Amino acid sequence: MLTLLLILLPIAAGVLTLLSGERLAKQVALVSGLAVLGVAIAAWLQFDPAAGTQFSFKYAWLASGGISFAAGIDGISLVLVLLTTFLTPLIIISAFNHDYRKPASFYSLILFMEAALIGVFTATDAFLFYLFFEAALIPVYFLAAIWGGENRLKVTFKFFIYTIFGSLLMLVGLVYLYYQTPGTHTSEITAFYALQLSKQVQGFVFWAFFIAFAIKMPLFPFHTWQPDTYTESPTPATMLLSGIMLKMGVYGLIRFLLPIVPGGMEVWGTMAMVLSVIGIIYGSIIAIQQSDMKRLIAYSSFAHVGLMAAGVFSYSINGLQGALIQMLAHGINVIGLFFIIDIIYSRTKTRYLDQLGGITQSTPHLSVYFMILLLGSVALPLTNGFVGEFLLLSSVFQYDGWLGAIAGLTIILGSVYMLRLFQKSMFGPRSKWVEGFQDLTMSERAVLLPLVIMVFWIGIYPNTFLKLTEPAVSQLLQMVNN
Amino acid sequence: MYPIILLSVLGVVTLFLGFSKSKNILLPAVLFFLVLAIASNFVEWNKGPLLYFYDMLRVDNLTLAFNGIVLLSAFMIVAISGGFQDNPDSEPAEYFGLMLFSLVGALMMIGFEHMIMLFIGVEILSVAMYILTGSNKRNLRSNEAALKYFLMGAFATGFMLFGITLIYGATGSFKLTHIQGFAYNIQANSQPYILYAGLLLLLIGMLFKVSAAPFHFWTPDVYEGAPTIFTTFMSTIVKTAGFAALFRLLSTSFSGIYSFWWVVIAAIAVLTLLVGNIGATSQNSFKRMLAYSGISHAGYMLIALTALTKPSQSAIVFYSLAYSLSTICAFGVLMLVSKEKTFEGQPNERYEAFNGLAKQNPLLAFVLAVSMLSLAGIPLTAGFWGKFFIFTSAADRGIIWITVIAVLMSAVGIYYYFRVIISSYLKEGDTIKIRVAPFYQAILLLATFLTILFGLAPGIFEGLI
Repeated sequence: MLTLLLILLPIAAGVLTLLSGERLAKQVALVSGLAVLGVAIAAWLQFDPAAGTQFSFKYAWLASGGISFAAGIDGISLVLVLLTTFLTPLIIISAFNHDYRKPASFYSLILFMEAALIGVFTATDAFLFYLFFEAALIPVYFLAAIWGGENRLKVTFKFFIYTIFGSLLMLVGLVYLYYQTPGTHTSEITAFYALQLSKQVQGFVFWAFFIAFAIKMPLFPFHTWQPDTYTESPTPATMLLSGIMLKMGVYGLIRFLLPIVPGGMEVWGTMAMVLSVIGIIYGSIIAIQQSDMKRLIAYSSFAHVGLMAAGVFSYSINGLQGALIQMLAHGINVIGLFFIIDIIYSRTKTRYLDQLGGITQSTPHLSVYFMILLLGSVALPLTNGFVGEFLLLSSVFQYDGWLGAIAGLTIILGSVYMLRLFQKSMFGPRSKWVEGFQDLTMSERAVLLPLVIMVFWIGIYPNTFLKLTEPAVSQLLQMVNN
Repeated sequence: MYPIILLSVLGVVTLFLGFSKSKNILLPAVLFFLVLAIASNFVEWNKGPLLYFYDMLRVDNLTLAFNGIVLLSAFMIVAISGGFQDNPDSEPAEYFGLMLFSLVGALMMIGFEHMIMLFIGVEILSVAMYILTGSNKRNLRSNEAALKYFLMGAFATGFMLFGITLIYGATGSFKLTHIQGFAYNIQANSQPYILYAGLLLLLIGMLFKVSAAPFHFWTPDVYEGAPTIFTTFMSTIVKTAGFAALFRLLSTSFSGIYSFWWVVIAAIAVLTLLVGNIGATSQNSFKRMLAYSGISHAGYMLIALTALTKPSQSAIVFYSLAYSLSTICAFGVLMLVSKEKTFEGQPNERYEAFNGLAKQNPLLAFVLAVSMLSLAGIPLTAGFWGKFFIFTSAADRGIIWITVIAVLMSAVGIYYYFRVIISSYLKEGDTIKIRVAPFYQAILLLATFLTILFGLAPGIFEGLI
């Protein structure tokens, strides 16, 4: 029942926020965001990693068709639910800096988004998964299209059509699988796992899923919507997109692609792996040349997700565990970095590295937070990025030495663009744009402090989270290898 | 059965009501008639299958379900017509009378058991529609539309009649069950070319009525030229009745020669999807876009016919319902908006007319957005489940490639359906306020509510038909 609560509570909270009027919206949204986090933590405390899928519920939806409203939480879901519920309140606080028009709609859309994301991560029925997968798109589309930058209409439209095209292909795959299930058909994911499909069919289904998830993450060469959308969206929407929504794609790979079409993986896995590695290098190289900070982080995010996908495609325990822990780490770091860029932008009105410089001189707090998140992002040992990246690279290396070596360049390239970002914006002579730059306010610290705590927590003691996911992951791999 | 008798009589009564001095009783009277018809329709629920008129009409739950959709759509359309009181040139009694008569035609098309009934139904429906299309006498486009519709429609009916004749020649019967028996007993090596030719000609006539490509050329012009309220009627009721008739024809009479006609229907479905969706992307007029969207939805429904599996039946019923509800909403909002804004002296039916609608009237913008989402097939709306059932029926038959094409075309569809959502929510427009009569608003909200309800709980009709 906790799962149902986790899905319904944000929806109720969103409606409440919408009704609470423009002045109270912020507070109501924040309180309800924290309440959802509370429920998620309660689920975490009661969770038993060894016991498989828990807190599950199932209501018949189309009884004769075997389609049900069913969800539950296993280790993999739990980690992502925790990430979602942890980040959402922070995203809400981070929006306090700005006076967005129509705040009631704004904050309620964030909460609706949270509900859809939790739904994606917990659904145990394939069609329910699909439903939430698409439903998640609508709030973030409106967030970006109403409150975004100048080119928002064109850019978000492209984003919307691109991603929905992918998910429609997935729908074909799901419908096909649904009709392969025995008897009166069922759309439970576990029933899909049990299917015995021929190699050729697996290849087709692989593509249907792969394109959907590759667009969502995005992987090279399906990424062209991403930098523009990240740049044009208002920062909270960018955070939702990069921090959480991108994980829907990786989660989809783990939950659907690997276990349902392992045969397709054998045939096409190498290609997917190569695409992921190309994405890592391509994203990093472009990030090095960016002058717009938001764009830079967008490309870095593109590079990071490539590495996560590569880990998944290696289908080893290290790769999957690494991808999961890296999803957490990346979500935390990227949200922190986008927030810091938003802080800089709201004070200086510029995001261009050439125009910035010398911010450190008046901002000890900001500099420290920025540095920690940045180091987490370049995977310094004892920060959160290190654990994931280490596991991922080792899994890619085991898959193929050369690919591992190429993917390993991400560490060097990552430090180049990240340190360049820090150096150009924070150090150097004080530019005229940063005159009178104020250090962090209380609400800004309230966002950054929890993020930084998590950077160290995952960096120093990743076992808290690795232990949660390990049984689920090894069970999954066992299924794939059989 | 009862609604056919009721509506025939009440149509005449409506014409006489036109003589009365007070014009205000017409609208409530017609609405009351339709409520009566809906109530009488469901009297026979679960009693069927029954045969009437020397076995020429059939009543079963499928018929009643289609009847229900048609009558509900008619009720909503009559309700939002507002009694045609804003136009001094209009003749409300005649319009309403013709609408009720054409409903009789639609009900006959849905329940026919005998080819003659099909033909008469199509003719009753079409003749009334020709007149209504041209009812805006002083508008050149309306006249052009009526003439075009009439000429092309007359040709199509000619083909149909020829087809029925050939089928009669081949099988010796007009009755569906007899033709079915004949089609099942065809010897493996004999080729009944006359039957095949007859079926093809009959299909041409019917596909014209549901505006499937390549018989769609009249659709954009006629939809655009006709007064919007009658365009709504055409795009919902004519289409639903047409598909009900096609489904009955193919699923009973000709299921024995499935291997012959499925390729034809599949090819036409693909062509219709391509023409409808790609044509819609390049339109500047919202009304014309809806015409092309009507073509593309015919394509989706043809997929269910192509598959003709067990789920196809409920898929077509559900799809017709979802499509009718959303289309009524879309045209309903269009009528209100285009009345307020003009473009070159005409009501503005272009996309720009919707700019800033969310500020001018948030409720209308919401209704429009839900109907567009449903037409585009976004989850949590009825339209999604409609598409879903269609796709599953094709997958059940094992025709995956057609589903892939349909899915690609749905992605194209999102492009043009979202343009109007973007206009109404994200673009700045005039600062006028658009007023809506409470009753009109209630009807739009009812349709929107049903769209969302069926989107959340598509199972409520389960096991009914």
